[in-house]
Amino acid sequence: MEFLITPLKYEFVVNGMIVAMMIGILCGIIGIYVVLRGMSYIGHGLSHAAFGGAVIGYIFSINLYIAAGVWGLLSAFLINLIVREKKIKADAAIGIVTTASFALGIALISRIRRFTKNLEAILFGNILGVTTEDIIIIGIVTLLVIIIIFFLYKQLLFVTFDPESANVYGTRASLIDAIFSFILAASIIVSLQVIGVTLIAAAIIIPASTARLLTNNFNKMFFLSIAIGAITSVAGIYASFYLNAASGATIVLLGALIFSIVLIYNYIHRKIMLHEHAHSHLHGAIPHHHTHLDDAEHGHEHKEKP
Amino acid sequence: MIEIKNLTCNYGNNIVFNGINLAIKKGSLAGIVGPSGSGKTTLIKAILGVVRPIAGEVYVNGKTIKNNPPPNIGYIPQLEAIEWDFPVTVEQVVMMGRHNKMGILPWSGKEDRKKVQEALDRLGILQYINHHIKTLSGGEQQRVFLARALVSEPELLILDEPTSGVDLKTQHDILHFLLTLNKKGITIVLITHDLNAVAAHLPWIVCFNRGIVAEGKPDDVFNPEILKKTYNADVAVIRKGHLILMANATPFND
Ligand SMILES: Nc1ncnc2c1ncn2[C@@H]1O[C@H](COP(=O)(O)OP(=O)(O)OP(=O)(O)O)[C@@H](O)[C@H]1O
Ligand SMILES: [Mg+2]
Repeated sequence: MEFLITPLKYEFVVNGMIVAMMIGILCGIIGIYVVLRGMSYIGHGLSHAAFGGAVIGYIFSINLYIAAGVWGLLSAFLINLIVREKKIKADAAIGIVTTASFALGIALISRIRRFTKNLEAILFGNILGVTTEDIIIIGIVTLLVIIIIFFLYKQLLFVTFDPESANVYGTRASLIDAIFSFILAASIIVSLQVIGVTLIAAAIIIPASTARLLTNNFNKMFFLSIAIGAITSVAGIYASFYLNAASGATIVLLGALIFSIVLIYNYIHRKIMLHEHAHSHLHGAIPHHHTHLDDAEHGHEHKEKP
Repeated sequence: MIEIKNLTCNYGNNIVFNGINLAIKKGSLAGIVGPSGSGKTTLIKAILGVVRPIAGEVYVNGKTIKNNPPPNIGYIPQLEAIEWDFPVTVEQVVMMGRHNKMGILPWSGKEDRKKVQEALDRLGILQYINHHIKTLSGGEQQRVFLARALVSEPELLILDEPTSGVDLKTQHDILHFLLTLNKKGITIVLITHDLNAVAAHLPWIVCFNRGIVAEGKPDDVFNPEILKKTYNADVAVIRKGHLILMANATPFND
């Protein structure tokens, strides 16, 4: 017990834990849709683009969240312009715009030679350095995202699964997409200082991917992803306290570790626990060999021997 | 029910069809046949409001479908268009058809769950209700999407190749099921590649090849001339009692 309580004696650890939990929930939620839509690169790109905005904001003393937000929007607009040029696909356009924006941020920092604590936090994350203002802003965004997702849960599922049919059955896919983009951008921007540009994409993708490995049921995946996000975040803070390692990195590493364990478990489950063996038997009149597969989710399945 | 006036659709520089006119009456059961790439899917997507035409109008129940998709349409997409690895169960997919009747809360009500179970039961796939959609057979998957359309209580049902890739018996079952629905007053439009087992049994046929080649009863449109215009190939037509059999008659010469 002592082991769990000691870190809580420090106010900055308690604050960090509250923030980490909220960010874990936030990333757990948006990660589901990011992973299922196959748009992981967006999280990576948006965070890098926002970094350029944050540095410019710092130079001109503009509020960090506003600067990063406006810059993120400008980048999205620019990406759209490039994609309209037809010859360039979206992934390339995102790569160019967001990395250029990131490079601009780095170039500006190296020129002014004042690599402040604040900017370092945006790059690598600094959970234990959050201010009360940060906690309030992150709290508001988390609450807002939860409320929006609550009321759009059905629509988001339909649009993510089958956008054309969603339109036919009365869900405006373009509107839902726009709202989701807004949520995604807001979540990334408030997470920047906590998790860091370089780690945020992983923080978004890992809980949802782990949940995806564990179930084929959307509702279960939804709650699993949030739970994994929140638990790894809090556990990551404890680990970083005792290992004396950077908190954002520790959270991501812990998430990756759990992902690997689930992956290996799935593999073993399929290979050993469920009697996979070759046997010959008759289908109709033709005798032939199969490997034999049987698990809860796939039912009874015969796979041809390679 | 559906009125198409001077409709032109394109993908970029590819004009799929130009200035089409077509009317489908309330209560009909019409099949669209035509070669691959001839624009059948594009045509029904224009009816659904998913593809925006560059010219012309589509009216469903007298109202233009511009901007607002028409209410009460059940749509069963081509199965190839579905992402089978997506983590949803049969119940979750079918429930999507009830979304616009469910109110603002994220969970389904007793009534909705009952409707979903009834539809699955009618189609004989209730035992798969909690299964992942990927684990079902092609015929069963087809019926999941049919169930999703049914629970939305549609006046008009649009199906893109509902009998592709299933065996003769399942084809017959699906067709029989559609005929029963049609008798209850639901207007049905379907696309099919199967002239013998499906199209020949429908009351009304539209032959399509980047435009409407002909329309009418199977007896009237399934003749070598019209089929040649539709498929750009020689098709032999054999009539035997109430049966019409069609086969490609172009010889292989290579
Ligand atoms: N999303 C798209 N983007 C660009 N071109 C498309 C798109 N969908 C279809 N096309 C083109 O439009 C034409 C008509 O396609 P459509 O899918 O309507 O044909 P179809 O009659 O349904 O064919 P099939 O029987 O193979 O399903 C084809 O030339 C196709 O290549
Ligand atoms: Mg098609």
